[in-house]
Amino acid sequence: MSETNVFEPKIIAYVCNWCTYLGADLAGTNRIEYPSNVRIVRLPCTGRIDFNLIVKGFEMGADAILVSGCHPGDCHYTAGNYHARRRWTLFRELLATLGIDLERIHFTWISAAEGKRFAQVITDITEQTRRMGPYEDYRKICEAPQC
Amino acid sequence: MLEQLRQTCRELLEEKKADVIIGYGQDTEGPGTHPVFITKPEDVAQLVWSDRCFANLTVYLTNKLILATYCRPAVIVKGCDARALVVLEKDSQVNRETMTAIGLACAGVGEPRAAKCAACDVHMPRHTDLVIGEVENAPVAPSPRYAALEEFMMKTPPERLQYWLGELSRCVKCYACRQVCPMCYCERCLADKNRPTCIDTSAHLKGNFAWQITRAFHQAARCVGCDECTRVCPAGIDLRLLNLSLARAAEANFAFRPGLDRDAAPAVGSYSLQDKENFIQ
Repeated sequence: MSETNVFEPKIIAYVCNWCTYLGADLAGTNRIEYPSNVRIVRLPCTGRIDFNLIVKGFEMGADAILVSGCHPGDCHYTAGNYHARRRWTLFRELLATLGIDLERIHFTWISAAEGKRFAQVITDITEQTRRMGPYEDYRKICEAPQC
Repeated sequence: MLEQLRQTCRELLEEKKADVIIGYGQDTEGPGTHPVFITKPEDVAQLVWSDRCFANLTVYLTNKLILATYCRPAVIVKGCDARALVVLEKDSQVNRETMTAIGLACAGVGEPRAAKCAACDVHMPRHTDLVIGEVENAPVAPSPRYAALEEFMMKTPPERLQYWLGELSRCVKCYACRQVCPMCYCERCLADKNRPTCIDTSAHLKGNFAWQITRAFHQAARCVGCDECTRVCPAGIDLRLLNLSLARAAEANFAFRPGLDRDAAPAVGSYSLQDKENFIQ
């Protein structure tokens, strides 16, 4: 296989402004290297992360999606992450019923001090997604002939 | 029972406790029923009650036209519809002070019985202003609520996806599932927003998946399982499975069933520090 044909996963990370985004920032200022496969989308709070963004991410061709925010108790808005946690619990069940691959949706808590952990998480997800290959299932949905 | 219902409605209209009765009327042909809006006491004879009274009439309580025309509606509800009323009240969508809820004892609808009725545990409506009738030969212990879902979940994830690829390819985006749902009361639906488009509007698998995910999840822990969406779907898609999966998740994780307890905090919109997070790395 020529080098141009090697599969590079496309990963979207929806992160909260106050913890995970600063964690990524810390990784950068500490010159910690992590794969460039990730596209970070900064949002005010995990409580703001609409599940539609996850669907949209897959529609736009993401192979894996990471949703990450403040550890419980650390939310800048006191309780945004607790609300998000409830919604994710339910949302995962819905996706499981639809047969969407839950291995491609990751949820983590990463604080502003965990630059190293952020790099590790991104590396792990990239490696895992690379092993799984492109997310053909959702492409099948998006590229189906008009019904 | 029907006579008692008509008498009650006549009194409500005569005493001006209600200015419209939202109930069921007989179709001109066949045994079916349709919603009727009775405003005059002499018209109450149009009201009927049978096991063909499928519609969840609480959907009209948030209808803009109804709200603009009437200020003291009275609505006829079955047990499952009464649960929807509790959720609407919780969501601040109805004012129970100005409306009347007439509960009818219901032994189940449809012939054969609708899927929801086998697991029904609200044959007698709760939290209504009055209840008319008794359930004769009340069914024995209801069957498991999530039986259909559990059977479906025996399939592997790829099989499940394959099933939905087939089912949702038939969706024509008529949005009947939205129009008939009492919980879908948003003035402007996300699906109608086009600057930018959030959900693809053409009847294509891409938008159909996004739409059904959205529709189901917006009712998460609010859907009372009246199954109206499934009944009205012209493509015959079993939307019930999606609703059941969220209902089961809410019950399993948060011990919450919508519409049963007027005082319980809604599962989505509240939280507990002890919520499970075993899926979060």
